[in-house]
Amino acid sequence: MGANQGYSAVGGDRIPTSREMRINPIRRSLVAVLAAIALKPFAALAAAWNKDGFGAKTAADALKTLGASNPVASRDVVIEAPQIAENGAVVPIEIMSNVPGTTSIAVLIDKNPFPLVGKFDFMEGALPFVKLNAKLGETSEVRVVAEALGKHYVATQEIKVTIGGCGG
Amino acid sequence: MAGPMKMRATLSGGVTDVRVLMTHPMETGQRKDPDGKLVPLHFIQNVTLKVNGKTVVESQISQGISRNPVFTFRIKGGAKGDRIEVSWIDNHGETNQTETAVA
Repeated sequence: MGANQGYSAVGGDRIPTSREMRINPIRRSLVAVLAAIALKPFAALAAAWNKDGFGAKTAADALKTLGASNPVASRDVVIEAPQIAENGAVVPIEIMSNVPGTTSIAVLIDKNPFPLVGKFDFMEGALPFVKLNAKLGETSEVRVVAEALGKHYVATQEIKVTIGGCGG
Repeated sequence: MAGPMKMRATLSGGVTDVRVLMTHPMETGQRKDPDGKLVPLHFIQNVTLKVNGKTVVESQISQGISRNPVFTFRIKGGAKGDRIEVSWIDNHGETNQTETAVA
């Protein structure tokens, strides 16, 4: 509807004139706004976010909210990350679970003010793999917890930080 | 406002690699601006990956993810031309999305 108004304002001519071309950006932004409004309810539905887990100040508390208080150490949970990070603001961490039936992976950085940095749920077709960039405030253990068939498996690695990633 | 996103999806050896970049400040709420005032918490909370309209990865993330987040996901199989969509929503309710075809 907004699009039609844009055209009728410059008459019934179907061939875009230079005047109409100038109206195009306005029309486009109008369409974008309408699309954003239309998408909002859908996005809100999809947005499950573990408020307690992300608000937890210790890794143990965060794990409790994931139902993973006592994960089993496993070599099938693989962390690929640098041992020393020069810049704590951007630390690349690659995670993979070789535990059969893995449905989710959570990443925790023990010494961060809020240790839980992400939880990834994998559905049919997706491999239990993710590569991300995380902030490390200081040297810390990185803890990766994979969930498979209701059980939790963990791997840890220490990353040394020479410049912190918090406080800019 | 939501900045641009970039995405690339490539099929190799029976696995599709999806690499996506989002433009976002990912403010921790602990950083101070030059006037010494705390910059409020502002970060992406959810990232969703869809293949041909079907959700395959649901992510919940925190302010502990680096500014302008980059993620790589992997999908088993797939075919050239499959439609890959990634969308995000932040703690202010701002959203953005992008799509591409597997190459």
